[in-house]
Amino acid sequence: MREELVLRLAAKMMAPFILVFGLYVHFHGDYSPGGGFQAGVILAAAFVMLSLVFGLDAVQRALPLWFVRSCAALGVLVYAGVGFAAMALGANFLGYDALASDPEKGQHLGILLVEAGVVITVFGVMTTAFYVFADRGRRKS
Amino acid sequence: MTQHLPVLQVVIPLVLAPLCVLVRHPRAAWALAALGSLCAFGIALDIVSTVLASGPLSYDVGDWAPPWGIEYRIDAVNAWILVIVSLVSTAVVFFARASVEREVEASRVALFYAAYLLCLSGLLGIAATGDVFNVFVFLEISSLSAYALIALGQDRRALAAAFRYLIMGSVGATFIVIGIGLMYATTGTLNMADLADRLPGVWHVRTIKVAYGFLAVGCFLKLALFPLHLWLPNAYTFAPSAVTAFMAATATKVAVYMLLRFFFTIFGAAFSFDVMNLDMVLMPLAVAAIFSMSFVAILQTNVKRLLAYSSVAQIGYMILGISFASVTGLTAAVLHLFNHALMKGALFMALGCVAYRIGSVHIDAMAGLGKRMPATMAAFVVGGLSLVGVPLTVGFVSKWYLILAALERGWWPLAVIVLITSVMALAYVWRVIEAAYFREFPGDRETREAPAALLVPTWALVVLNVYFGIDATRTVGVAERAAEILMGAAP
Repeated sequence: MREELVLRLAAKMMAPFILVFGLYVHFHGDYSPGGGFQAGVILAAAFVMLSLVFGLDAVQRALPLWFVRSCAALGVLVYAGVGFAAMALGANFLGYDALASDPEKGQHLGILLVEAGVVITVFGVMTTAFYVFADRGRRKS
Repeated sequence: MTQHLPVLQVVIPLVLAPLCVLVRHPRAAWALAALGSLCAFGIALDIVSTVLASGPLSYDVGDWAPPWGIEYRIDAVNAWILVIVSLVSTAVVFFARASVEREVEASRVALFYAAYLLCLSGLLGIAATGDVFNVFVFLEISSLSAYALIALGQDRRALAAAFRYLIMGSVGATFIVIGIGLMYATTGTLNMADLADRLPGVWHVRTIKVAYGFLAVGCFLKLALFPLHLWLPNAYTFAPSAVTAFMAATATKVAVYMLLRFFFTIFGAAFSFDVMNLDMVLMPLAVAAIFSMSFVAILQTNVKRLLAYSSVAQIGYMILGISFASVTGLTAAVLHLFNHALMKGALFMALGCVAYRIGSVHIDAMAGLGKRMPATMAAFVVGGLSLVGVPLTVGFVSKWYLILAALERGWWPLAVIVLITSVMALAYVWRVIEAAYFREFPGDRETREAPAALLVPTWALVVLNVYFGIDATRTVGVAERAAEILMGAAP
């Protein structure tokens, strides 16, 4: 799509908004519909769109496969890390009450961090899956 | 710290799995997998001794009290399952280091151990949780990682086998979640103990009966009850050796545990047997499984596939024990869960040693191996005798209790069937022994004994086969306790 100026410009302009919307869906997830899963997919969708327009290589220069694969692993660690942090602070696994002085704030913080882990993993897995499928047959030629 | 053990059991392997992906180094990933298995095994032993001494453990995840929050509840039944899974996992992980290096591409070894740890974590999670939806979540974790593990087999047919398992396994998991959904729609709760309290009030509701049907078929698929076992032989045959040993000894056992939990703890033995007539379904299928699969096993030429069919037959014994609906029958079933894990783990690991050295597990390729790989084949012989049910092995103990349960009910034809099928097991084990000891080794090949890294874990399970075959007081004690809990005779 080298020649499609409109598409290239539109994709470039939309990408940051999609990313911000993804973050909104995550951070506003405890007040409105949304949360980590949707946010992660939206973030990944931005990069899928960019690679459709600019090609897989261009996107992989910015976001290499090893990075998104590590994201997939990292998110699980964030999730479990919150659980262990709560445990270290004297609560049960994933007992968010202990994370802040005020239990309500602790709940808020806990769910936000856990969902952040979900965002990272879902983003990583979706992008990895896209890379793997988009890469099929290219390496052999 | 000790109060956190029920959840740490599940969470430690779950956390180590992503670390395997991050470190990417094969040996480091193996070390993490070994650490995870050892931790799980240590915790399981601690939990089982606590549970036997002072009753069930309960843990509220996230400090949300049951029945609203997710509760991990461990009594003698699932403590025993935790021990089975983590014991086999520990033996297999030490076996896997050399075996996986040989059978899996180096670039994928770290991912292999990540999937292995996830599978372990899922299986432990199914066993530990007291929340039915959590059961489904962990079922998916263990199943998805199992599909990936099987697909890592060397043979290209491993992909097809994994895909078939994926289709059948997903159908099973979907049936289970539909059953859970129908129960939730009727009772409004997902906690097992709470469900057990509320379900008797709605026995007459058709939704509950439909839920029961969905759960039954889902569990049958997952535990590979004849005739829903079609995914199993290929999956076991083409998976890497270590995966076959792990899956054969744990995955179907945990599915049997699910069946026990759903039908005895949640619905209750009275509903299962008096209202739904579960025994009328289980017993014919179990007998059909034992007979037909033992017969099919005799005809196999690939020893891995032979043992896979034998596994379906052995699952039949467990289901037969359950269908007696008595404490003795359940004791036999729970006992056989453990004993079968020991014997099939040992047998598949011995086959892994053979595959490591000669690259094939075809019965003709094993000709004359008795002299070339004496320790490996001796392990196979002991494991095989245990499978047949020869005295002084665990197989004998299982069959003894199964026959006792049959006679207690006065159903002596079933006792005869157990004896006849033991002879059939002897027939298929004998075919391998005959090839290994009474045929000449083809002179053109050089074959040595398997390395100690493979033999030590294999023999560890073989020794346990004999140890618990001679001194069965501990295993029978736990199994009886578990059976009493399931029948509602003990708290």
